[in-house]
Amino acid sequence: MSQGIGVVGLYVRDQDEALEFYVEKLGFRVHTDAQNGGFRWLTVQHPEQPSLQLGLFTPQAPVLDEATAQTMSEAVAKGAMPPLVLNVDDCRAAYERMRAQGVEFTQAPEERYGNVDANFRDPSGNGWKMIESRRTQ
Amino acid sequence: MDPELLRRLLRAKDQMDAASHETWPVCRLARVSHVSEAHFARSFKQAFGLPPHRYLLTRRLERAKALLRDTTMPILDIALQTGWNSLGTFGRVFRDVNGTSPSDWRAHEHAGRHDLERVPHCFVSAAYRPGLTSAVSEKRRRERPAKKEPSHKPEVV
Repeated sequence: MSQGIGVVGLYVRDQDEALEFYVEKLGFRVHTDAQNGGFRWLTVQHPEQPSLQLGLFTPQAPVLDEATAQTMSEAVAKGAMPPLVLNVDDCRAAYERMRAQGVEFTQAPEERYGNVDANFRDPSGNGWKMIESRRTQ
Repeated sequence: MDPELLRRLLRAKDQMDAASHETWPVCRLARVSHVSEAHFARSFKQAFGLPPHRYLLTRRLERAKALLRDTTMPILDIALQTGWNSLGTFGRVFRDVNGTSPSDWRAHEHAGRHDLERVPHCFVSAAYRPGLTSAVSEKRRRERPAKKEPSHKPEVV
């Protein structure tokens, strides 16, 4: 596939912490980790989704002014950023594995409408819903 | 506000979300957020726009509405399951906030069902969360100015 969404970015409070979380605890891989002056371009990918990169960026100058960076940091920490969805084959197994790694779950797996889902947050406050994907194909 | 403090306040909010039927005295919430009881309520309101106990009330009502809509569970059971101690208190607060009784609201919802299966549950549910910009007791006072205030107080305002 040559067309489509390439990178979706998240704001995180600390890129080292986010890298450790997404790689060590969630099993993502590093795609690009490039330092350019005071700015670090850091993206990770899901191992089964090589066409999409998840950017882990800090709200900071010079991209944002100080006041806006502060506002964005507050929004992330308050859990006010848009929700993210992670599809998994087995929600309960993923929950057990991730919880053992110290992932902060805000909802244990629950079944509704025949699907199982759970909620967790990354260290910065970004909220993920983990959904056991219903195989329709 | 300090993002580090906000992240800890979010933890208290998350825990209320996960167990809104439980009792959440300020001391319990303050412990989750690692802040003093004296600062908790003020910081929470500053962060999330409403006092912690009113936030809890919105989540309980949201859950009650989901159960009214999605199940045939008796209203008493819904009241007890969502954190109220009695059917009376639940019915009164529900009516004060929504302007209709739980059973009328249920009947109305069932009359006009929509297919929301493709939307994650929490978003469907959140649409029913009341926006409580003032305390329920205040709303009640404003709407029934002529009537004498009942002697009992709602447990959560």
